[in-house]
This record gives sequence, C-alpha cells and structure tokens, in this order.
Amino acid sequence: MNFTQLQGLRPDLAFIAHWIAPSSHVLDLGCGDGVMLDYLHSDKQCSGYGIEIDDEQIPKCVARGVSVIQQDVQSGLAMLTDGSFDTVLCLSALQMMKHVEEVLREIARVGREAIVSFPNFAYWPHRVALLRGRMPVSKSLPYQWYDTPNLRCATIKDFEALANEVGLDVLECVALTEGVPIGFLPNWRGSLAVFRLKKNDALSLSAPAKA
Amino acid sequence: MSSLGIVSPQSMHFATPLPLQSGASIRDYTLMYETYGTLNAARSNAVLVCHALNASHHVAGLYDENDPKSAGWWDNMVGPGKPLDTDRFFVVGVNNLGSCFGSTGPMHLNPDTGKPYGASFPVVTVEDWVDAQARLADVLGIVQFAAVMGGSLGGMQALAWSTRYPDRLRHCVVVASTAKLSAQNIAFNDVARQAILTDPEYHGGDFYAHATVPRNGLRVARMVGHITYLSDDDMAEKFGRELRDGKYQFGFGIDFEIESYLRYQGDKFSEYFDANTYLLITKALDYFDPAREFGGDLSLALAGTKAQFLLASFTTDWRFSPERSREIVQALLKNRRQVSYAEIDAPHGHDAFLLDDPRYMNVVRAYYDRVWLETKPQETRQQVAA
Repeated sequence: MNFTQLQGLRPDLAFIAHWIAPSSHVLDLGCGDGVMLDYLHSDKQCSGYGIEIDDEQIPKCVARGVSVIQQDVQSGLAMLTDGSFDTVLCLSALQMMKHVEEVLREIARVGREAIVSFPNFAYWPHRVALLRGRMPVSKSLPYQWYDTPNLRCATIKDFEALANEVGLDVLECVALTEGVPIGFLPNWRGSLAVFRLKKNDALSLSAPAKA
Repeated sequence: MSSLGIVSPQSMHFATPLPLQSGASIRDYTLMYETYGTLNAARSNAVLVCHALNASHHVAGLYDENDPKSAGWWDNMVGPGKPLDTDRFFVVGVNNLGSCFGSTGPMHLNPDTGKPYGASFPVVTVEDWVDAQARLADVLGIVQFAAVMGGSLGGMQALAWSTRYPDRLRHCVVVASTAKLSAQNIAFNDVARQAILTDPEYHGGDFYAHATVPRNGLRVARMVGHITYLSDDDMAEKFGRELRDGKYQFGFGIDFEIESYLRYQGDKFSEYFDANTYLLITKALDYFDPAREFGGDLSLALAGTKAQFLLASFTTDWRFSPERSREIVQALLKNRRQVSYAEIDAPHGHDAFLLDDPRYMNVVRAYYDRVWLETKPQETRQQVAA
C-alpha cells in the first residue's frame, strides 16, 4: 500500500502517517482492517502490531499481512512491556472505550509517543444539532443515540486536560475535516481531533516546576 | 464430504537410531505418512500438519469413497479450495512414534527382543516426535516448510518445530494449544492412565501376549478425556438432564443421555485405540514445557524462533483455555516476532478446533492466502531460472 492509496481510503490516516518516523515500532489500538499498519509497513518500513476485538476485522488484517492480536484494548495492553513501542496509535477508537483514563495511562506506559484521534463533539454541526435539541448525527458521529458504540463524547479542550493528567504532553493538536487540517477555529470547524503526544518526562518537566 | 477423494498412506523406514529426550533411543522404526498436493520445483510449498492425541497421518481425503467416516480428521481444513488449499500447498501428515496407526509403536516387535514392545516402548516426547518428523522431511527433500501447523497436542509440535528447527519453517500455526499443561490437565491425564494401569487386563502392558485388551481402562480414560474436550454449555445444550428412557431406573445403569453418550464414545475408542499408546501420548502431553530449561521463562524459550506465527484459541475451551494461548502470544510479542492471534468466541470447547466455525476458518484461510503469496514468487523465480 502506498501513500496515494491510503489517502484515497482514509485521508485522516494519511495526514497522521506523516507524524510517524520510518522504521518505528508501532502499536495500533483498535486497528480495524489494518490499513494503517499495512501502509506503515510497506511504505515506511515500520514494524508492530494491531489490537482489535472485532471478529470481522481479524481476517482482513491477516490478509494484509498485518500482525493483529484479537483482544479487548485493555487486556491486550496488559500483554505488553513498558516502553516497548516508539509510537502508540489510538485512532477513532478512544471514544468507544469504557476506561479511557486507564487506557491512556497504559498508552503512556508502553509507548514513547502516542497519536490519539477522536470525533470532536464540539464540531459546529454537532453544536447546531444540540441547539436544535437533538443529539448530533454526522459523518464523524454516524449513529443514533440509542445504537452508538461511542461511550465518550469529548472536545479538543476536554482531551488536553486529561492527557496532561495521565502524564502525556501535547506536542501537536490538529483538527481535521475530511483529512484536511483546520487552522481557524479548530474546536468549531474540525470534525476529528488529532493529538500528537509524548510521554511526560517527570524528572525534567515536573521537578523544576515544584522547585 | 471430502474433496480430495481417495488417498492412501505411505511408510518410510529409518534404520539409524533416533536419540530420545529420555536418553534412550529407538532404531529400525517406521513412520506412516500421507501427502496431498504437489511439491513445487523450489520445494517451498510444503506444510506439515501435526496430529493430536487420537488422530493420525490421515489428515484429509477418504480411504473408501462410499464411507464418509473414512475421511481424514481435518478434512474440513485441508483439501482443494479449503483453508489449507492442497491445490497450492504440498501437505504432509505424519503418524507419530508410539502411536497405534501404523508408525512404530508398543504393539510392534522390539528388534532387540523379538517381542512386542508393550510397556517397554520408550517414553517419547513432543520434541522426539518433531525430530522424527524432521528426518522424514529430510527424506522427502523438504529443507524448509512453508508452515508447520497443529491443534492441541499438534500445536505443541508446531511450537517445538519453531524452537528446535527455527530455519526449517517460515510460519507456525498453533491452534487451541498451550506451552505447558496445568496441574489440572495433568490430573485428568493421570486419572486416565490409572484407569488403564489398574485394569487387570493390562497385564503390565503385555496384554498382546494374553490376547486381550484393557477395554475398561481405555473406556474410562476416553470418557474422562472426552469430558475435557466439551464445554459445560455445549454439554448442557446437547444433553442437559435428558433421560434415555424418560424415567429414573433406580439402578446403576444408564439413566441420562450424557451417560449413554460417554459410554458409547468409550466403547468405540476401546475398539481401535491402544492402551500403551494412550499412556505414552498423555505422558508426552504432561512433559511438554519448552520454558522449563529457561527457568520457566517462555519468552527466553522462544527467543531463538524465526518463524511468523498464527495462534487461535476458543473462549469456551477449558482444557487449553485462551489464557494459555495468550501466554505464548505475550512471549512472542516480547521477542518482537510477527504474530497474529484470533480468540474465537465459540461454544464448543476444546473440540472447536476441529469444527467449522466460519470466523476461525476465515482467519486460517486468510493466513494461508498470505503464505501462498510469499511462496508463489519463489516458485515463479525458480521456473524462470530453470
């Protein structure tokens, strides 16, 4: 899989792929059909694993030659040793998780850097829907309130606070719409929030602040 | 229905003694095997399928076209167009030493005494079997298997291949297996062995000379084993508390359908299986523990592997539960091996690995499609070179 193919399939992933260094060891949480790892392997010589719970997706990953572990993200992470990945990806999956804070702490444990994306609940069509008195249904939140797998609704501002609390520093935050970064009013105009995070070095960052 | 059609077994004699883990050795032995499909010119498309406790080299195909019961034990997995496609791969099934399906076993003559081995047949391990399989591969001209695959005890053999002969397989497929038996597993095996050993017809293993068979021991051994292959839910679903004759008999005969079923399974098994073989194979299961010589650290034990791995387990398998497969996966992750793992939510317990769950079959099919894609260019290159 080359960049053009990835861009055609998933413009959001194509944007995010720029942030991943060649030859990185990557963990993709909720890797779906494995398209991202397939691309990172074939175009950027990355290694790594996907973790995915959905039966339907496992053969798709295997068919791509992507190493996939069928586990719930939480128990899947418990199998991994500290600091064993250059980058941990959690793309459009966090909003479906019950224990978000715990997963983020685990991401910080097993990875040096992380990239997390989730639908921005503060995207303006969502705000408009709420003003009209209805739960938002959009391309990025395509479910009705009663059948959505999304347990968590967060905005760009919300997430940054939690990331800091679990020991992740925000290196970059970008709001994407159709895979294109939104510069102006991102928390209004961006449908997908994307955070590039780095494990907080407790000694160099928090210790001097206390002194 | 089988799609391979009629197949026939072959045998290979080995005169050179095979050193065994116990320190003993075995000489002048024969291995029964079957092959399906065609070995390509590059000899790169061979897949070894290892068998579990009561199976054999007869993996797929039929012995008698009018008898569907003569189909191989993994006929749903192996054949033309099946997940392990014999139009693409050259599949080899080997009957292990000590078995009772044709390879040298306890009922055969010991060349040193001229009498049947009986209980004196050397205790063989999973590693010994793998060494014997490797010798057969040498004779067949297979330097490296595209994959070595097995379920349950067969999965242990596949795993042992990856550590003993890391350069001789590119892929290792381990289904419903474990890197070691639990105390509970060993306990069940010992109940089975005790049933056989205490049967008066066992005659210290020399029952052949007495023209008898420790049938009762074998029956109980099989009944115990069979319970561990099924899940509680599956048994409840199939049998529940159904009574065979609709009312209690107030005796010690058969009241419940489950009793009738287990006794039938036990009777059938005791007709064809050898008691000494049962003892040997359950010991091989108990002894398997590749991490043992690494202080119990499985990731160290698997550090020398080079293959890519596919593991699968079944949620209701309490004999070799998903936790056992996850331990192997975790050890492989530590070593940064390429590994995929499918945990299939199937109701059929340990037996699920022989059944047709589409999620399971799809994963194995997708995996072999991938193995084939890697294998094919080699073959094409070879043809171009020739």
